[in-house]
Amino acid sequence: MWSFHRWFERHSLILLIGILVVVSIGGLVQITPLFFIESTIERVEGVRPYTPLELAGRQIYIREGCYVCHSQMIRPLRDEVERYGHYSLAAESMYDHPFQWGSKRSGPDLARVGGRYSDEWHRAHLEDPRAVVPESVMPPYAFLARKPLDLAQMGEHLRVNRVLRVPYTDAQLVNAAADARAQAEPLGEDAYDFSKRYPTADIRDFDGDPRRVTEMDALIAYLQMLGTGVDFEAFQAEAPDNQR
Amino acid sequence: MGAAARSSQNRFDAFFIALIVFCALCYTIWGAARATDAAFEIQMWTAIIALLGGAFMLVGSVASGSNEDVRTKYQNDVIKAGVVASMFWGIAGFLVGVIIAFQLAFPNLFYFEQWGWTNFGRLRPLHTNAVIFAFGGNVLITTSFYVVQRTCRARLAGGLWPWFVFWGFQLVIVLAGTGYLLGVTQGKEYAELPWYTDIWLTIVWVAYLLVFLGTIWRRQEKHIYVANWFYLAFIVTVAMLHIINNLAIPVSFTGWFSYSLFSGVQDALTQWWYGHNAVGFFLTAGFLGIMYYFIPKQADRPVYSYRLSIIHFWALIFLYIWAGPHHLHYTALPQWAQTLGATFSIMLWMPSWGGMINGLMTLSGAWDKLRTDPVLRMLVVSVAFYGMSTFEGPVMSIRAVNSLSHYTDWTIGHVHSGALGWVGFVSFGALYCLTPWLWRRKGLFSAALVEWHFWLSTIGIVLYITSMWVAGVMQGLMWRAYNQFGFLEYAFVETVEAMHPYYIIRALGGTLFLLGALIMAYNLWRTATSDEPAQQRVGDAPVSGVAVAAE
Amino acid sequence: MPYEAATHFAQTWGLALLTALFLAALFYAVWPANGATFNRAAHAPLDREADDDQA
Repeated sequence: MWSFHRWFERHSLILLIGILVVVSIGGLVQITPLFFIESTIERVEGVRPYTPLELAGRQIYIREGCYVCHSQMIRPLRDEVERYGHYSLAAESMYDHPFQWGSKRSGPDLARVGGRYSDEWHRAHLEDPRAVVPESVMPPYAFLARKPLDLAQMGEHLRVNRVLRVPYTDAQLVNAAADARAQAEPLGEDAYDFSKRYPTADIRDFDGDPRRVTEMDALIAYLQMLGTGVDFEAFQAEAPDNQR
Repeated sequence: MGAAARSSQNRFDAFFIALIVFCALCYTIWGAARATDAAFEIQMWTAIIALLGGAFMLVGSVASGSNEDVRTKYQNDVIKAGVVASMFWGIAGFLVGVIIAFQLAFPNLFYFEQWGWTNFGRLRPLHTNAVIFAFGGNVLITTSFYVVQRTCRARLAGGLWPWFVFWGFQLVIVLAGTGYLLGVTQGKEYAELPWYTDIWLTIVWVAYLLVFLGTIWRRQEKHIYVANWFYLAFIVTVAMLHIINNLAIPVSFTGWFSYSLFSGVQDALTQWWYGHNAVGFFLTAGFLGIMYYFIPKQADRPVYSYRLSIIHFWALIFLYIWAGPHHLHYTALPQWAQTLGATFSIMLWMPSWGGMINGLMTLSGAWDKLRTDPVLRMLVVSVAFYGMSTFEGPVMSIRAVNSLSHYTDWTIGHVHSGALGWVGFVSFGALYCLTPWLWRRKGLFSAALVEWHFWLSTIGIVLYITSMWVAGVMQGLMWRAYNQFGFLEYAFVETVEAMHPYYIIRALGGTLFLLGALIMAYNLWRTATSDEPAQQRVGDAPVSGVAVAAE
Repeated sequence: MPYEAATHFAQTWGLALLTALFLAALFYAVWPANGATFNRAAHAPLDREADDDQA
């Protein structure tokens, strides 16, 4: 009667298929609905794609492994909301390929670090964390200020993002490298065009070195925009569309 | 199979492997010539050197005919190489772990401003990947090749292919490790490998699956022994997880950076579906295969309940896959998914303990062996640690507990009770068994050194996990502490400062564990090279000198 | 697809299917007639003959 299980024991291919079926169920049930249940990502105002300079900064954030010590996900718990700000929404990372929510806080959460500190603070802190915060265990990143930002592939970065349905316009694609420079040169000739293409982005010399655009510019530009997108005045947490 | 047929089959294998190596060489040379960034260029040159080395080995093996050597019933040489590689990568991975533990304890002494590559953010993926994939992966490949041959009574299938799997996997490790130092990473935990290394790993993994399956197809026994089920589940599920979680579009085919196919919340769940099942299938199912072979073998008793092992198997592989969302409690992941993940994580406690009971009770009636056989003791203690961390895991997946434990070092402590206690000890036990078996020695060079290893490591683990428990709970409580005026009591940096003594204790615990592994390496080295007359295990005794010389 | 429809399916047919699968595995494992096979299988690693390395 129960001889069907003998197939599993005696026929390795059937065992293999049995394993595949059994291990597929969980993933199918949990992951696929996230793509088609409409309320998975909230409806919000203000989240925009990264500017080229911010995107380059994000690449540096990934490259240096910042995510192993810093989360970007504020949980809706009283102390977290008071410490870091409004809890994180799914909509805030909808253009993040890959996500950088993190899993460990050896350092504080960075989901809303944007605008909390000055550019000068970030620069001094990144160059020598313990000069600013004596108890810190963070590694030093002074070399970022010495490294000019490589912009050769910037257009390709945006293009790949657009293939992945990040809504960049044609003009943003074509001017990617120029826009990256323009954002760090407030007095440069492209600054005006840049501000047309990215109306809500900050234009500043982030690293305090007006002569060139460095990796430090990019990383600080990225950090300074984190969590600043959503208009929480307009966000309706209790709206039926946002109920999950 | 006749000698002529075997010879032509061997030539076909060699040709096919040569084709893969040739294609890889063409790509890497093109990539090195047209690299869009310096890190990619270094990666390509590393691969070129390795692939050329591989090509020379291939030619040498075909020219000398050593690939057609079937004087022994089983293919043992690749397993011996695997024992050496496991030990080597284990020590490398533990060493990096100790270094980064000291970095967090003494940031002024262990960071170098001028070298970005020694920073914690780059060394941490190096540590996790070295211990999980380099050490763990080599142990799994090695033991699975040993176990599948013995339990199927068949020689490893595929002639040269097992060697392709072995060296191909070492290339993955070298590319991964050097890449992490250069900052080449996908930014997803335990899936940091860049897209081109992912593709190479997929090729190696398919070859691994085919070698394993091919050996099962040759078996003399009708029934497939349960250890092989666990190995098979490990191989196919890891393939599925690896491929789906690493779907990405490279910015350029001659650059390392890529953008993952999914974003935000979908990417998060895919990643933790992968991440938790890297634990479930790489670090659990595969190592349970080791448990189901090596504990009965070393104790010389059949497994406690074969019926239980069947329920254990299906329940474990079915339930594990669902547990991923418990890494995302209280995040922007929809709540229904979090609830599902927590529910299945708690249910997972049952099959986990079923497996633990099955392993431990195999000793029933022979508990005295724990006193006299330190290797068996190591294997059994590993199962006890498995039981402990598979109890702690479900507890931590309860939302209320998780709200405290998540983001703290409690998680790190939990991971290490499983990684050092379960995965580490069961691997050590298996390597201690394999070395005298493969090199045909009466026994290990020194049982006393095994005792030293056992106690140093155990004390190291206890220091590690207790310090991380205390530190993690303290950190979680400090984050949510309020003073009498209703304000947050502590600034974040005060919680960092409070961790200092525990980070020192943790680093010391890790050092003891590393020390134990070094003693082990010495012991295995002396065992393999001792000039004591070879052979011993009853069944392994050769009739003439020929087989010995063949080694 | 609305959330409600997905959960309804999961809590009815999905639940029934998984229960059936579980019972099938359970019954197989405890079925008395399978005892002999299991016993033989359990001794497979202990078989010294299998360790014999002669071609």
